[in-house]
This record gives sequence, structure tokens and C-alpha cells, in this order.
Amino acid sequence: MTLLAPPAAPPAEQAAPARKTLARRLVPYGYLSPTIVLIVVLMVVPIVMVISYSFRDNVIVQENSVFAGFANYTKVLTDPDFLVAMKNTAVFITVSMVAHLVLGLTFAMMLNTQLLSGVTKAIFRIVYILPWLFTIAVIAVIWRLLLDPSGVINYVLHSIGLINDGVNWLGDPGKALWAVTFINIWSGYPFFMISLLAGLQGIPNDLYEAAAVDGTNWFQRFRHVTLPQLRPVIISMAVLDLIWTSQQFALIWMTTGGGPLNTTEMLSTYTYKQAFSEYEFSTASAAAVIVLLLTMVLAFFYVRQQRER
Amino acid sequence: MAVRSTRLKRVVGAVTAAAMVAFVAACGGGDSDDSSAGGDVTLEFAQWWGAELPAGELDKIVNDFTTQNPNIKIKLISAPYASTKQQLVTGAASKTLPDVVGLDGAWVNDFAKQGAIADMSKLMTDANYDSSQLASQIQLEGKTYMIPVVNFVYPLFVNKDLLTKAGVATTPKNRTEFLDAAKKITATGGNVKGWALPLDTAVPNGIQNDVMSWLWASGGSMLADGKPALQTDAVKSTVEYVKSLNDAGVIAPGSLTMKEQDKVEKFTQGQVGMMIDSLAHVTLIKKNKPDLKFEIAAIPAEDSYTGKRGIPYASWGVGISNSTKHKAEAFKFVSYLMSQETNAKLATLANGFTGNKNAEPDFSNSDPLFKEAFEIYKDSVPANEFVGLPKSEDLMRSFDEQLQLVLTGKTSVDDALAKSQESWTSVIG
Repeated sequence: MTLLAPPAAPPAEQAAPARKTLARRLVPYGYLSPTIVLIVVLMVVPIVMVISYSFRDNVIVQENSVFAGFANYTKVLTDPDFLVAMKNTAVFITVSMVAHLVLGLTFAMMLNTQLLSGVTKAIFRIVYILPWLFTIAVIAVIWRLLLDPSGVINYVLHSIGLINDGVNWLGDPGKALWAVTFINIWSGYPFFMISLLAGLQGIPNDLYEAAAVDGTNWFQRFRHVTLPQLRPVIISMAVLDLIWTSQQFALIWMTTGGGPLNTTEMLSTYTYKQAFSEYEFSTASAAAVIVLLLTMVLAFFYVRQQRER
Repeated sequence: MAVRSTRLKRVVGAVTAAAMVAFVAACGGGDSDDSSAGGDVTLEFAQWWGAELPAGELDKIVNDFTTQNPNIKIKLISAPYASTKQQLVTGAASKTLPDVVGLDGAWVNDFAKQGAIADMSKLMTDANYDSSQLASQIQLEGKTYMIPVVNFVYPLFVNKDLLTKAGVATTPKNRTEFLDAAKKITATGGNVKGWALPLDTAVPNGIQNDVMSWLWASGGSMLADGKPALQTDAVKSTVEYVKSLNDAGVIAPGSLTMKEQDKVEKFTQGQVGMMIDSLAHVTLIKKNKPDLKFEIAAIPAEDSYTGKRGIPYASWGVGISNSTKHKAEAFKFVSYLMSQETNAKLATLANGFTGNKNAEPDFSNSDPLFKEAFEIYKDSVPANEFVGLPKSEDLMRSFDEQLQLVLTGKTSVDDALAKSQESWTSVIG
């Protein structure tokens, strides 16, 4: 028996399948290319540019900027105003997130109760979600008017005898941070409420029935059934809220501008002032990169939590 | 069938990829040429004026120019003031400024140092332009970078009804009379206060319009030979005077975060008796509160001061991009804006005063207050020392923060001025 080797294929015939294979491999990238290009143009390029700016001096305002190493980072991290902005941002985002969660969960449970009729719940649902429908500019204008020393809030508080003189909510260094935090809580809780309501509606009723058979009271059911079931939603929402609130700029800028006496200065307003008031784009970039890194830490926890799910 | 489908997918994928490459290439393309085939030139003119003038009026003015100069087209880029500023800051950085730009005096230094705006002295010489007709020019090291087209003054606004109710017969002319009037207005009760002082740090121009105006009204200066001079008796007396108004409780509450629009609103609603404000707001006040009786006056000076009073002003200025290929055409458009007829028309529409000395606004259809203001303007010296300074907004903000510390009792006037001096010196020292 003789084994005959198959005749060698002509070179042109060999190249054709190779080309076909290459083309087949490239097809998925063709489909992905719009997304890839958009991500590169809108995200990668700006982020890389800002990072490179943060290591140079006199960027943008001078043609020949020079490499400055970590000088901009040192300058930013030793700037007392930046440290104040960090502290204010930490207070602002933490208090906002906790209040969003508590208010959102409370209202979601009210809307999920079986004690109210469908129509009543629909009306409350609309009322509770209203703050979320306003844009930040409108919210800022409304609350500036309401919290004005001669505004409605002081009038009401004065009428019911809680205060004697008009309180300077946004202009008093001791109250301004709490006032803007309150406004942010007001404008942001509906998103928590809607998400948690969806979570609540997804909890099987069997669990509550089983718990009731075991003789549990309302609080025990809330603690041992509702909260564990909502845990993934709560953690996701909390981390996302921390990230979003840390980027809040318009509300602060349009209500207090970071004042009075820097008591409402946030990382976002600090960065904006560095760039568009002081024209220090290098330090603004360094501050922005620091904010990016802090946000990435939060994003890391968010992604890890999502993976666990 | 399956083969055809696969082939179709491949074709779609390849076409999509090719389209994206073409798109990116188009995005990254070089400068577009402003000249069209027929030798016409299109100039971009970025400004915030169009947003503040009656609708369509700036277009009419521009159309008149293009009728006279058919080979030059003007493309208006109108946006609100803040947006225009941001647009120009980024445009200056990327060397893509529009050919002709509306400028605020506070931006000139920074743009000129970046080399983003052109030296107009040379353009004037090249065009044989008679610069003696210009009321003022904003210069740096002897070179003109901005020409003020329309000027807006900031006089004292006084609510006549509140003044009468407070038993004050005449409009305050000096600081003592002003304090006295403010106290009496405040004493009328309710939520009414004598004066409004907006010190919001987001837009800290309250320092320029509402604080330094007291200094300039008495012939004082915050600079000496172009360097900061904040520890002088004149500046100290100004800050101490503002503090005395605050200590007397005559300033409307919330001043630390009050914005200019809040000040105007409080005056319009009769919650404050007096304010220093742009004349441009007269129309707005009359529209929102037609029955409000108010008048305008020169800003009160120090009691012993007898010289000419400085009156704060802001300008709609114009400059030319250094990167434009059509500087001569751009200057032709600028000289049109500064011509006697066009300048008078613009000033009349904007309720401001002309940048051309020979032009006079037409007050025949305007509120009588404008004519009155024009008389005050002619008797005063336009004063705004922030014009032409580098990082002027930042200078105002650092002074603002120190003033806030003074008003809240956290520092003394001397310490605040020393800190401001140090801060300003690091920028313009």
C-alpha cells in the first residue's frame, strides 16, 4: 500500500481561504467600530489629555508647556482650599447618599403597601417623583427663592413661631453646606425610591407568608426578609449615588458658588475655578485626575458587587 | 441563503468600519478655508451682544455691513455672556478663536498674553484708521488689543418712595449721607434694608461694581504703577465704610452668596432702597415693576472729596483673533462697528454709551433716565481698574473672600487687606 501525498495546492488557492479567515475575523470589529471610535474619541482621548496636562506646567495658556512631574499634584494636595473641598465633598456625598436611601426606602415601602388603594398610590407616586423631573437649574432657582432670608421657608417658620428673624440658609457659613445638601437630597431621592420600589415588588410574597407563619412581627420581617432581598439593589444604588453626587457641580455653582467662605466648596467647583477663573489648567487637570482616581475606587466596589450578583 | 447572509454581514461590517474611518478622518481634518471660490471672505463673529440686544437687531447691523461689503460675509455666533467666555477660553487655547470676538476688558490680559488676540494698533496703522475718534482703547505694553464698542455705567439707583417714606429729602451725595439714608430706610421696618451688596464668589463682580466703585468714586485707586496697592488709606477707608454699613445692619441679608440678579430683584421688589447697578437694567426693572419710582445718581464720594468722580463701567469690547487669515477684513468690520452711525445705533439699542467719541446715542425714544445717566457719565471719569488685569476674576474672588471674613468678624480690615495684597502680588506683582 502506497500512501500518496495529496497534490500541493497552488499558492493562489491557499491565499484565498487565508483572506477569507482574516475577513471573517475582522467582521466583528467592523460591527464594534462605531462604539470603539466613540469611546476612544469621547472618553479615552479626553482622559489621556487631562492626565498628560496634569504632568505639565502652564498647559493651554502657553504654547510651550514643560514637563512638571508631580508638581501639580503636590500643589493641589497641599492647597488648603482643596482639602476643604475634599472634606465638604465627603460630607455632602455621604449625607446625601444616606438620606436618599432612607427617604427612598421609606417612600418605596409606602408605595408598595397593600393598605392604600391603587389610585392613592398612583397619586403619591406622581407627587413623590416630581423633584426628579426638574432640571438642576430649575431646582437651584426654586430653592434660592424658597431659602432667601425673605423667602417662603422663613415666612412659614416664622409664622409657626419656630424662628424670630429670617435665617440666612445659603449665606450663613454655618448653615450653607447643610442647606445645599438638603436641596440635593430633595432632588435625588425619587431615583432611589423608584429603584427600591422595583426591588420590593420583586420580593416573593411566599417569604413574607413563611415569616408570618413563624410568628415574626413587622420589624423582624423588614430586617430579615426585606433588607436582605434588597441588599444588591441598595449597594448598587448607594455606590452609584456616591459617584454621581461627587460630580455635582451645577447645583452648588448656581446656589452658593462654593461660598460663603468656601463652606460649600466641592471638588467640582474647586476644579472649575482653577480652570476657568485662575486659568491654571495644569492644577485643574491634577485635581480632576485625583477626583477620577477617587471615583474609580468607588467604581471598583460597584463592579465587584455587580460581579458577585 | 446562509452564505448570502454571511456575505451580507461581512459587507455591512466592512462598510461600517470604512465609514467610521472616514468619519474620524473628517473630524481630524485640517483647517477649513474661510474663503469661498469667488474670493469672498466669511468672518465668524462670536459675542454675547446678540443675546442681550432686541431680537434680530444685531443681524440687521451685520446685514448693513455685508450690503456695503458684498465680498465679506459675517457669521454671527451669539451666546450668553458666560458661554461666550468659556467658548473663547477654549478657542484661545486651541488657536481656533473666531475671526472677530466680543471681549470683556477683564479677559484681555490673559488672551493677549496667550497670543490669541491680535495687536490692533498695527491693524489701525495699516488701515490708516483715525484712532482719535475712539473714546478708549484697552492696551497692554502700548499695544491695543480691545476697542470698547459700547460702555455701560454703574450709577447709584435710589428708590424714591422708600427714601420719602424714610424722611430723607435728597439723594445721598456723600458717604455720611448714604449711611444716614440707609439707616433711615432700614428703620422703616418690614424686610426693607438700605443697600444690597452681592458678594457671591461664583461670579465675584460685586467687588468691582459694588465695593471698588466706592473707592473710584472718591478718586481712589487700588493700583500704583500697575501693581497692587491695597494697603493704602483710600482702600482701607472704602473697606471700613462697607464694614460700617454691615455693622449698622443696613445691608440686605444673604449678601455672602447674593448674586447680581438677586440684588436687582430685591431693588425691583422694594426690599432694598439703594443699589449700585448697570444702567442696562433700567428697562428690566421698569418692565417687572412699572410703578416703581426710582432715580439714578452718581455714587456717593468721601465727604471731603471735591474732584471728578469715577464711575464704574463695563464694556462690550471687540478684538480680532491672532490666528485669523483675514485680519484686514476683520478690522474693516471692527471699524464699521466703531463708525459714528453704527456705533450710535448699537449704543441706542443696548441702552449704553458710545465707544466713538463723535457718536451720541439717540435718547428720543428712550427712558429719560438714560439721558440723565449720560449727563452723570459726562461729569464723571469712567473707572474700572480691573480692565486689562490678568486673572481679574480671580483677583476679585480673593478680595471677596477676605471681605467676607471682615464682614463676618473673622479678620480685621488690615489683615484682610494685607492678605489680599499678598494674593494680588502673586498674580500681578
